[in-house]
Amino acid sequence: MDRPTIIRKTAADLRVPPNLADYAAARAAFSWEAVQAELAGLPGGGLNIAYEAVERHAQGARRDNVAFRFLGANTSRDISYGELSRLTNRFANVLKSLGVGKGERLFILSGRIPELYVAVLGSFKNGTAVSPLFSAFGPEPIATRIKLGEGAVLVTTELLYERKVAKIRDQLPTLRHVLLVGEDGQATAVPDTFDLGKLMAEASDIFDIVPTQAEDLSLLHFTSGTTGTPKGAMHVHGAVATHWATGKYALDLHAEDIYWCTADPGWVTGTSYGIIAPLLHGVTSIVDEADFDAERWYRILAEQKVSVWYTAPTAIRMLMKAGAEIARKHSYPSLRFVASVGEPLNPEAVWWGKEVLGLPIHDNWWQTETGGIMIANTPAADIKPGSMGRPLPGIEAAIVKKDAEGKRPGVSEEANAREAGVMPELKVSLVDTADTEGELALKAGWPSMLRGYLHNEERYRKCFAGEWYLTGDLAKRDADGYFWFVGRADDVIKSAGHLIGPFEVESALMEHPAVAEAGVIGKPDEMVGEVVKAFVSLKKGFEASDALRMELLGHARKKLGAVVAPKEIDFLPSLPRTRSGKIMRRLLKARELGLPEGDTSTLEAG
Amino acid sequence: MQEEELRAVVIATLKTIAPEVEEGDLRPDRPLRNQVDLDSMDWLNFLIGLHEKLKVDIPEADYAKLVTLGDVLDYLKKKLA
Repeated sequence: MDRPTIIRKTAADLRVPPNLADYAAARAAFSWEAVQAELAGLPGGGLNIAYEAVERHAQGARRDNVAFRFLGANTSRDISYGELSRLTNRFANVLKSLGVGKGERLFILSGRIPELYVAVLGSFKNGTAVSPLFSAFGPEPIATRIKLGEGAVLVTTELLYERKVAKIRDQLPTLRHVLLVGEDGQATAVPDTFDLGKLMAEASDIFDIVPTQAEDLSLLHFTSGTTGTPKGAMHVHGAVATHWATGKYALDLHAEDIYWCTADPGWVTGTSYGIIAPLLHGVTSIVDEADFDAERWYRILAEQKVSVWYTAPTAIRMLMKAGAEIARKHSYPSLRFVASVGEPLNPEAVWWGKEVLGLPIHDNWWQTETGGIMIANTPAADIKPGSMGRPLPGIEAAIVKKDAEGKRPGVSEEANAREAGVMPELKVSLVDTADTEGELALKAGWPSMLRGYLHNEERYRKCFAGEWYLTGDLAKRDADGYFWFVGRADDVIKSAGHLIGPFEVESALMEHPAVAEAGVIGKPDEMVGEVVKAFVSLKKGFEASDALRMELLGHARKKLGAVVAPKEIDFLPSLPRTRSGKIMRRLLKARELGLPEGDTSTLEAG
Repeated sequence: MQEEELRAVVIATLKTIAPEVEEGDLRPDRPLRNQVDLDSMDWLNFLIGLHEKLKVDIPEADYAKLVTLGDVLDYLKKKLA
């Protein structure tokens, strides 16, 4: 169907006055200092996310407003701001009584249950940094991340502990305490763990927030790179200024909203926008504890009277596949704004929203390192379907090209420079011509920018060229200032909106006795963007067979979990390598897609 | 189709997606996705696999009823009857 390339907005599209009405004027008038002045700050000085998100409302007029509504299979539990304050105080007291202090790291591995939300916010109150893990991770990604982050505490469920953590516990020497949530709220009695419910019941519900400062560590989010182990992106309490400003401008949150962010807090969206931003604005958040189900989702949108909905392209495409008839069983008169993040939203999906829900879907762009939404389609602005929108107030975005002399250096050159004690500085120039592809860059300095990768200063420095933070995404900017995603600049795989590092998958496959070499790529997929596909060659004495393929698949899934493990495995006699011995993933991908292989001698040898 | 036979088909289909599954570990009265790591795509492929093997239509509107292994078996039994 031929559709216009732009969706024009009129006053009729705006059911409430938008927080970002005049884009140019808001950008011109914007300052982060002014946003910071809108925050309360700790009464005795300092800044703490939990104070801004919970206490400010618990001690004010919104005390009895519902902060979270948790939807179980057939249950619903409301937690008001006042109750959330008391619960998080209890959790902070639990940490204190266990001797867990400021700056230490607490990991969380669970589904979207109330205890997760309480643990995140309670940790903030205690000054303890939080690292949420996705509950579908297998034992290996869990162990890698807790080791890298030197986790002192793990909060998880009895079920997940027994399935995934018990067998790797002895690999985690820094982990002093494991706090378990029993199944269906029952007590637990697992050796070497605490029953969180019991500790909470015994703890006081009064707590003085540890006086954190804006630059103190709040969250540690792991993200994947092309090579090596995952990177722990460090975020600080001061990031709350970005969460506040983007909740206001990009999600258009108003105090009376019923808001539903479908992301899991195991990923950064589920923390920044599933926990922090909605609380800052005092709204009611819906949390669905169940897995995706089209019928259920439409019912939640309708019955809960959701007004602002933040979801992901994969979910939208699954709803599209389920058919419009299911959607039409309900009506959505309360819904007024729909946004999406995770990967580029195809134009058909933007239009589907307009045709089926009565509202177009607003794509936006950001990543783990940016801590918050950077580029967005907003309620009052025209949408160009397929575009991620324009930079928000306070954000300068550009398309850059690496200068010849500043090219990312080859291995030997870099090793030389390191020996000489200097890192070659990256230089970039701005691409000012519209519709020209280059790397998407952001001018450093917004409050939620990562402050480093834990124990990996070198990789952090490689993200910057002068004042520009380099995102690793390739994009274009059109003449109207709208940005368009083109692809990744590296081999990182983007599946259902989540970054998966090929190296982590290859390493797990290599641990199988039959595997000689492994190369992992993202294979384009209509539903989830890319699926993880592995190519392996076998050691002498092993024969390729369907049985071995299944064995490798099971092996990878047991170690990595469903979201990281490959969906497809192919056997090859050998894998293409560069002269320096690196597997050429791009060549594997070109062959998989039937694309020209190009001049392979020009492929980077780094 | 006998109940045992049906169960074998369901387990075999599940194993094409999650070969690591040990049949003996599965509790038929518990949500399947709490016991086996299945992301949304795996779950969809599982249901599509059942549809292809058993020639049973499983409309999206029924997905919500299929939570435990027992739910899946009961549902298919009725459809095949």
